[in-house]
Amino acid sequence: MGAQPLLKIENLVKHFHVRLGAFGERAATVHALDDVSLDILEGETLSLVGESGCGKSTTGFTILNLHRATSGKVVYKGQDLTALDEKRMRPFRRDLQIVFQDPYSTLNPRMTVGEAIGEPIFFHKLATKAELEKKVTALLTDVGLPPRFASRYPHELSGGQRQRVVIARALACQPKFIVCDEAISALDVSIQAQIINLLLDLQEKYGLTYLFIAHDLAVVRHISTRVGVMYLGRLAELASRDALFETPLHPYTKALLSAVPETDPAHERSRKRQILEGDVPSPLAPPAGCRFHTRCPIAMEVCRRVVPKWKEARPGHLVACHAVNGE
Amino acid sequence: MMSAKTEKRLLDVKGLTVEIETRRGPAVVVDGIDLHVDKGETLGVVGESGCGKSLTMLSLMRLLPNKIRVAKGKARFDGRDLQTMSNRELRKVRGGDIGFVFQDPMTSLNPVMRIGDQLAEPLIYLRGMSRKQARARAVELLRLVGIPGSEERIQAYPHELSGGMRQRVMIAIGLACEPKLLIADEPTTALDVTIQAQIVDLVKGLREKLGMSVVWITHDLALIAGLVDRVVVLYAGTVVEDAPVDELYANPQHPYTRGLLASIPKLSDAPASRLNSIGGTPPEPGRRPEGCPFAPRCPLAMDICRTHVPKLEPISAAGSHRAACFAVEKAREAA
Repeated sequence: MGAQPLLKIENLVKHFHVRLGAFGERAATVHALDDVSLDILEGETLSLVGESGCGKSTTGFTILNLHRATSGKVVYKGQDLTALDEKRMRPFRRDLQIVFQDPYSTLNPRMTVGEAIGEPIFFHKLATKAELEKKVTALLTDVGLPPRFASRYPHELSGGQRQRVVIARALACQPKFIVCDEAISALDVSIQAQIINLLLDLQEKYGLTYLFIAHDLAVVRHISTRVGVMYLGRLAELASRDALFETPLHPYTKALLSAVPETDPAHERSRKRQILEGDVPSPLAPPAGCRFHTRCPIAMEVCRRVVPKWKEARPGHLVACHAVNGE
Repeated sequence: MMSAKTEKRLLDVKGLTVEIETRRGPAVVVDGIDLHVDKGETLGVVGESGCGKSLTMLSLMRLLPNKIRVAKGKARFDGRDLQTMSNRELRKVRGGDIGFVFQDPMTSLNPVMRIGDQLAEPLIYLRGMSRKQARARAVELLRLVGIPGSEERIQAYPHELSGGMRQRVMIAIGLACEPKLLIADEPTTALDVTIQAQIVDLVKGLREKLGMSVVWITHDLALIAGLVDRVVVLYAGTVVEDAPVDELYANPQHPYTRGLLASIPKLSDAPASRLNSIGGTPPEPGRRPEGCPFAPRCPLAMDICRTHVPKLEPISAAGSHRAACFAVEKAREAA
């Protein structure tokens, strides 16, 4: 492909400090994100998958500087975003947008659709008052809504329509990069497909780069260029879509893929799932060594002690696993 | 022969209609639903949000919220009429002969009650067990649903458990009195795929062990493929298709079922970037179109679909596969 990296993420760490106990007498650290490095290439859809609490949303938030990174770098246009305060971050916000999961709570109920979409245009001074209406109309058309929706309020819209409005708002300042944080998870199946197709059309039209955070692996398989699998705040595996789904290397990726149900009754009844025992350990006290060793079917002695290195096992196929990397 | 057939039926619902009271008058949300569950059968009830799948099940147990009521219809469970049953009798059915597992264990469990006590409650009130007996049974139930260290865990409060563990506790409560029917309302929707797979396998195993019938309500056609015997597809408060599971996935008839199956991406398919989708959105309750509720989104809609409501008609010789669609009917007549 030879695409240039749009964003370079280097050793990103995010720890949250929390207070536990009935009176907050115990301090503790949530290891939400530990030592994550990856490049996001121009024009690609990079998906991050994993179970809840694995840090995939935290990655999106920290890249956009919505969470302040504990350490590490996010380099965009030669600038380390983690070093910027909110004011100096502002010009970059135009290029870097986000669409959240819940279209109900991300729209101000007292603002009309037109006001919500117009606000970022106004804020970044991208249009005069006279041009504003035309811009809003164009954006609504882009996301497949009739222009008359500009005067409606969020409560008058269905979930799918609201998500279209949120996407129009993210597009308003002509971004380069959009984080889709579970952007389709709250929608019904028949609506999900509509929104995915819309995102793909917009990507083609405007040359957008997506970081697609999702837990539905079948959807991810259909829309991604590359896929990263996260477990308890660390990247377990990162590869091109086909490599990840056809020749997964990490035992966690294999287990995750095996848990996905398919719409084929005979196949579903007969197949043997590789079921992971137990739950994800607490990110307050992640296991030593490889974080997956407590649930891993092929865990060895070394996995309990040593953190596996993030290594390229095949060209473009990175994995953190002692068994695969043969350390 | 007739009596043998009725005895097979555990739950039989006929023409169930549920209305919501609104300022503009009553709005129909469940419109004349017929469904049945046989003894030992697992039924999947599939539909999108707002199609009335949860309200149908809640109305059977008279658990409907204020301003929502059953307008018409009959429901028989194990030979008894659920609609005319006294509240006293019904209380014995709820949690006794019919177990419930709700979607959200965080709001369905009592946060200030130890899970052991929540498990023991139905056993004491409905099965007349002593506290000691109920406690021993609670430990057994937790073990049954795969919670390790169950002797200590009965002392835990819901917030001390993970989401998957809480859902297991919900299932244990649903199973406490060894119900004849377990109604599970989206029991895995809030859970990760790995935990979801654990819960599905758990219910499969328990169903065989206890010989109960199960109604599994969901929006996920993939999830129930390997779990159920028969599927009922709901759209806007009506049954649009009812078929044995293999038949439904191999040979879907109603355009809505077809659209739904086509819009689910499969891991095993060659990746194609664009997905098939159904245009438009489901009608809001109270603003249902005249005629077939799916007509405005239907690629096969004809004039008659906009004026008349299609009936659920058998489309296979055996009569086990039924669909409510004029286009399907017409195609069959032409063939």
